Amino acid sequence: MNAIFRSWQGALAFLLCLAALISLPLLTADAPSPFSIGTLALIFALTIGTALISFTSPPAPLLAAILFVGPHLATWFLISGLAGYEGKATMAFFLLIAACWLLAWRCVAVLSDMHPKLKGGDTFLRLLIPAIFGAWILILWEAITRGAGIPFILLPPPSAIGARIAGSVATLWADVQQTIFKAVLFGYIVGCASGFIVAILADRIAFLRRGLLPIGNMVSALPIIGVAPIMVMWFGFDWQSKAAVVIIMTFFPMLVNTVAGLGAAGAMEQDLMRSYASDYWQTLIKLRLPAAMPFIFNALKINSTLALIGAIVAEFFGTPIVGMGFRISTEIGRMNVDMVWAEIAVAAVVGSFFYGVVALAERATTFWHPSNRGG
Amino acid sequence: MGAFYKMPMNEHSSSVVSARKLGLTFETSDGPVHALSNVDLEVRKGDFVSFIGPSGCGKTTFLRVIADLEKNTTGEISVNGMTPEEARKSRSYGYVFQAPALYPWRTIDKNIALPLEIMGYSAAERAQRIERTLDLVNLSGFGKKYPWQLSGGMQQRASIARALAFDADLLLMDEPFGALDEIVRDHLNEQLLKLWSRTEKTICFVTHSIPEAVYLSTRIVVMSPRPGRVTDIIESTLPKERPLDIRETPEFLEIAHRVREGLRAGHSYEE
Repeated sequence: MNAIFRSWQGALAFLLCLAALISLPLLTADAPSPFSIGTLALIFALTIGTALISFTSPPAPLLAAILFVGPHLATWFLISGLAGYEGKATMAFFLLIAACWLLAWRCVAVLSDMHPKLKGGDTFLRLLIPAIFGAWILILWEAITRGAGIPFILLPPPSAIGARIAGSVATLWADVQQTIFKAVLFGYIVGCASGFIVAILADRIAFLRRGLLPIGNMVSALPIIGVAPIMVMWFGFDWQSKAAVVIIMTFFPMLVNTVAGLGAAGAMEQDLMRSYASDYWQTLIKLRLPAAMPFIFNALKINSTLALIGAIVAEFFGTPIVGMGFRISTEIGRMNVDMVWAEIAVAAVVGSFFYGVVALAERATTFWHPSNRGG
Repeated sequence: MGAFYKMPMNEHSSSVVSARKLGLTFETSDGPVHALSNVDLEVRKGDFVSFIGPSGCGKTTFLRVIADLEKNTTGEISVNGMTPEEARKSRSYGYVFQAPALYPWRTIDKNIALPLEIMGYSAAERAQRIERTLDLVNLSGFGKKYPWQLSGGMQQRASIARALAFDADLLLMDEPFGALDEIVRDHLNEQLLKLWSRTEKTICFVTHSIPEAVYLSTRIVVMSPRPGRVTDIIESTLPKERPLDIRETPEFLEIAHRVREGLRAGHSYEE
């Protein structure tokens, strides 16, 4: 009984398999069954077998391996059997997918409880667990869209999006070059740098600090939808107008955060510099800027996502026939939703990579901050 | 300030800090606060002067006026024969704060190098001074650590090393051991005395511990609050060589008693 409680996912999966067995076949009657008796038996053997093994307690790595192979192999048979019969899956099909999902859940649970002694093993687990987690989002997405025959326009299956990405590498690459390498990078660097420089000026010159900051807060509330077409009028259709939008979006977070960061150094630390008769620039470089780094990196991280959004949305308002925002707005009009999803996927990957690079730089620079120590 | 005050320099040629009728009033929204009033004090070269009193008596404020971190509103003060501002600009004192105030992004070595970098010492000179001062405070071998990897007592020792790294004859210490436990504090007091006799610096030391003040000082300045003022100045009769158990001797207890009386007098004046 204890074993069943320990692996309640296995118990539930077992029950789902029995329910699936009763409600066979896997596809509706009007589809000539593509599942041979052999395949069907294999799928059931894999799921029920894995569910039963999950009640026993072999060594954790072995158990995890069985729990990994069994349900994923069964899922692969199930989904590949769908080919040509989209929208014809029955209750039994989804019950089996659910059973496999529960077993994979059990697999992740077993993996999460493992504490490998080797350092490499730990890293491997840290990557494997979210990978299984993410893979199941795609598997469920694939099984539901194809099994239930959800219209392509509403939600294409991930396999179609993947195929589209693989088939349009050249187009996607051109779009990334136009939007990311030109508009986003240029705008991000110029926007962040100018925000930083103006923050230093505002720190030195009281009237800028008193006058500019309140107005800065107002400008940062400007709607990008309103600004983008005006920037297109000013700077033309090419990437320069998108870079301008990115500059406007990234300038003020950087300005406000840097000004706040420059005030972050403690009174005692500042008195110490004063006792050394340190001048303004020495105090700035040796004390106030290092103390401001957590704030500055906060702005860099906020801006890394803002820049991407700004550049893509700005392309909706006029652009040469290349760019991620342009592609999304035109392909949605032509009902090529798989291409839209492909652009979304590419933007997500590029955005995560961008953010990751900034986060790594942050860890290297502010290793001393209490939130990063020992990490 | 800015003006150079005429001091009886010939009388006190070895005077390091000299205050005449010194007063400091903070204007607050609740009206003026008299942090210091009518303070007359002479600190001679090589003295170890402790300032003791309840909170609000102006002992820290007085130290900050010497350091030119606050400006006196009345009276005169000279530091090394100069105004406090000139003394600060000529880097004539090292200041140890209540907390170590080490920069967490710098190693201990680099923290000690901080004043040396600002004052323009060469790299070779810096390395040599870091090694020497780390040895003075018994922290050799910890130079590559970050401050947050050390205990509170070690951090405070590192901050003392930082104040000793450059050539200032005057060391201003504002309750440097206030946050540490009794055992660590005893140990650091003993080390501080050794360091003082080895370096022959003049030390102004703010504390609110009577045994600490009596154990360390050649002179004890007793202060009392509202307005902050000096109520008694006690010359210590203890020898320069002081083992920790000198604190059990009748002589020590007698001085401690006088300090306590002075503190009590300051309080009863209030009620």
